[in-house]
Amino acid sequence: MTLAGLLSQVLQVALALALAPLLVGWINQCRAWLQNRSAPSMFLPYRTIRKLFMKDAVVAENASPIFRTMPYVVFGAMCCAAAIVPSLATDLPFARAADAIALVGLFALARVFISLAAMDIGTSFGSLGARREMFIGFLAEPALLMVLFTASLISGSTSLPTIVETLAHREFAIYPSLALAGVAFAMVSLAENARIPVDNPATHLELTMIHEAMVLEYSARHLALIEWASALKLFNYSCIGLAIFMPVGIAEGSTNWLAIMAAVPILVAKLMVGGFALALIETLSAKMRIFRAPEFLGTAFLLAVLAMLVNLLLGS
Amino acid sequence: MNAALPSFPLYAVLGAIAAWLAIGTVGLAAPRQLRFVSRVLFPLGSAIGLGLAIVAFLALGDAPSTLVLPLGLPDLPFHVRLDPLSAFFLLILGSAGAAISLFSVGYFRSSEGTAPGLICFLYHAFLAAMAAVLVADDAYLFMVAWETMALSSYFLVTTEHRIPEIRRAGFLYLLIAHVGAIGILLCFGVLQGGTGDYSFDGMRSATLHGAWPSAAFLLALFGFGAKAGLLPLHVWLPEAHPAAPSPVSALMSGVMLKTAIYGLLRVTFDLLGNPLWWWGVVALSLGLITALFGVIFAAVQTDMKRLLAYSSIENIGIIVAGIGLAVLFSAYGKGLLSAIAMIAVLYHVLNHAFFKSLLFLATGSVLHSTRERSLGKLGGLIHRMPWVAWLALVGTLASAGLPPLNGFVSEWLLLQAFLFTPSLPQSFVNMLVPLAAGALVLAAALAAYVMVKFYGVIFLGQPREPNLANAHDAGRFERVALSYLAAGCVLLGVFPTAVIELLDPVSRMLVGASAVPAGGGSWLVLAPISEDRASYSPMVVLLAIVVVVLVTVYVVHRLYHGRVRRAPPWDCGFPLQTSRMQDTAEGFGQPIRQVFEPFFRMERELPSPFDTAPRYSVRIADRFWHALYLPVAKAADALARLVGFIQQGRISVYLTYSFVTLLALLAFVR
Repeated sequence: MTLAGLLSQVLQVALALALAPLLVGWINQCRAWLQNRSAPSMFLPYRTIRKLFMKDAVVAENASPIFRTMPYVVFGAMCCAAAIVPSLATDLPFARAADAIALVGLFALARVFISLAAMDIGTSFGSLGARREMFIGFLAEPALLMVLFTASLISGSTSLPTIVETLAHREFAIYPSLALAGVAFAMVSLAENARIPVDNPATHLELTMIHEAMVLEYSARHLALIEWASALKLFNYSCIGLAIFMPVGIAEGSTNWLAIMAAVPILVAKLMVGGFALALIETLSAKMRIFRAPEFLGTAFLLAVLAMLVNLLLGS
Repeated sequence: MNAALPSFPLYAVLGAIAAWLAIGTVGLAAPRQLRFVSRVLFPLGSAIGLGLAIVAFLALGDAPSTLVLPLGLPDLPFHVRLDPLSAFFLLILGSAGAAISLFSVGYFRSSEGTAPGLICFLYHAFLAAMAAVLVADDAYLFMVAWETMALSSYFLVTTEHRIPEIRRAGFLYLLIAHVGAIGILLCFGVLQGGTGDYSFDGMRSATLHGAWPSAAFLLALFGFGAKAGLLPLHVWLPEAHPAAPSPVSALMSGVMLKTAIYGLLRVTFDLLGNPLWWWGVVALSLGLITALFGVIFAAVQTDMKRLLAYSSIENIGIIVAGIGLAVLFSAYGKGLLSAIAMIAVLYHVLNHAFFKSLLFLATGSVLHSTRERSLGKLGGLIHRMPWVAWLALVGTLASAGLPPLNGFVSEWLLLQAFLFTPSLPQSFVNMLVPLAAGALVLAAALAAYVMVKFYGVIFLGQPREPNLANAHDAGRFERVALSYLAAGCVLLGVFPTAVIELLDPVSRMLVGASAVPAGGGSWLVLAPISEDRASYSPMVVLLAIVVVVLVTVYVVHRLYHGRVRRAPPWDCGFPLQTSRMQDTAEGFGQPIRQVFEPFFRMERELPSPFDTAPRYSVRIADRFWHALYLPVAKAADALARLVGFIQQGRISVYLTYSFVTLLALLAFVR
């Protein structure tokens, strides 16, 4: 591990922390445009987080320490994930600590913690949200892993840097296995990040909420960290998708400063396109009933398995 | 073949067996002296367990050593042998057994059922029998020890023998244990290959022809599968585990199920050698079906120990699937991959021993302090029992397969083994593997669901019953035992490279290949093939999360403030909140029940809208019970009735039978 490698690692995490709320702001902006509304400022998420940090925290009387530690643990897990996902450069020192499977494990860790904290107070909405979150999670996690396995089979490795380098060096063509995996990945990302059609990030309508139901009892700095962690999660998922399906522009090696500097605007541009696509999907679709989610995610899972089979059969 | 001299560790293991039996006998001599039994004998047993673990740990890398004991029948002495495989399982027995014995010090208090001294005898005989199974080197000693194990655990399961359901559960357990024992006996019969030599050495050198090796493998899978809880012989687990006292459940789930895995490994890789590829496919599919079945049923349970029992079925399924994969690779001569699969199997065996013992013991503490096993009557115990709750959290996260704890490492290794299957020559197997990997991942993801339910309903939320306010935390010994197991879960998770080096001799013995990279590799990063292909460093992940958490706490408090106000829960402004508005165990399992409806046999009682005293109840039963067991039981009954008419109960009739038999024999033998 060199000093330069460490520096680029820190740069990548710092960039993720800084850009994640902006990505949420950008998606909201696009959604407002598409829905013919006047948009709030793109920087609103930053202001919300800052405002929340300044408020006094209100914690339920019967909350256990799990409730208060959860935001920090989830935030920590998401920061680790941001360090692992190759968003700027491939050969970062921390990327060796966890491969694609461990990355999914980190997301699962965050999910389990957030669900446990939701059950901690013992309110009706908290446990309802926890149940639904774990329900969506157990369907989405296998699908996500199958997508990553498809990419791993192509590159013969589960290590994300190797996957990205292999995919970036292939001839530019549409590979059927990756196309199927891409669709599956998009569906999983929608579910995992509590977006329409599985969940609605903007609702507090009791009967439909999932993610929001779990964090109902949170306030102030705890809520700020949760919001920031959710933004980071969305950012991480976007970067995984971009790294696998659009690996162009990610710097190879951790000390190639020129390439890393060039990677920043490319990443921002790709995220803008991705965010617009997400807003488009959210505008065009309606939220599903919760028990339609298994069909939706089952389709994603089957598509991912199909991608793997296509890859094995056709070798492409 | 191996005429190695008996070594010190072998004598030490035999000494431990003898010492356990001696402790048991002393307990038998003082049946009602609870204080003496619990304060002296159980700690002694625990110390012997620890000693056994240390000896086994030191003997892991040694060459096999054998000994012929001057016991047994004339001309049929007992053979014992200590090799890396048995040393590894002895390590599990010793290290988990030590904690469970220590926990038992504070656990066995009231004596409504079996007397404490008798429990002490049965308990230590159980431990000694398991150790004897692991060192047995001939079919005779193996079966004697195996049956002793089954019987002593049967009596332990039926400790509360005044309750009819518990007697029934014990009977079911004994029945299936014996059905399995028949399979094992037949398997040894096939293995000796007509030589009449029932020592394991003889079986190793016997050559089997044609379909006989496959027959032996299938019999072993059936026989050991019955003990391990493979489908469809799993039905005893969810009955026997809740019936048994918690330390016994922990011992059965954490250690005894592993002796069945030991037997399967011993027969498949050591006694049979050269496995065939389709055995791997059979074990893989059976294991995965078991894993999925177990975890789906675990998600809908409402009794905390039944839930854990089903979760054990799931873990056994994962282990057997891993064995299948190791067989598959080994049959195709892929040494490195089969070593990875084998290491994953052994690692998971070790992990499961730790986290499942921890969870069962934690339910023991909960049961002790609340007298309640049903999830629907628990809740909020983290406030009343902080020690148990926090230590159980470690076990829960480990069992859910989350990094950086131990459950994740073995699943990670197993998935790595899956991912490199496409190098196999058979395309049909290649096609099967993605589906298998998908099933494994689905089971692992569902395990997280189950564990959130388990932990959330018991320890979090509001207490569902008023008497939970009197719950007390675990005692001193229980705390030490739980902390020891929790520390084991963390250490096994954080230092995977050290554990893999420990397991290496076993994998070299079984599949003849090593998964430790030449030159040792880095101690920090686990990379079974090369760092370019896959790497995982739980230590770094753990440190990173801890550092980020600490820095965030510091920065947030420094930059802003740390003020906290306590207030009643908000819950969208709903004012009337009672503990009955939380999810019940049934409620939490409802999505699983809906999605996997065809799996269950449900009996539901739904109230009509005009009912003035509405009642809702749902009972979930196992389809196997109705489709397989009840018909078999009915057939056995019918057969017994048919045979019954020849039993007239009059001595003259029986004498006539004897006479006719004699005549017939005279006619035949003439």
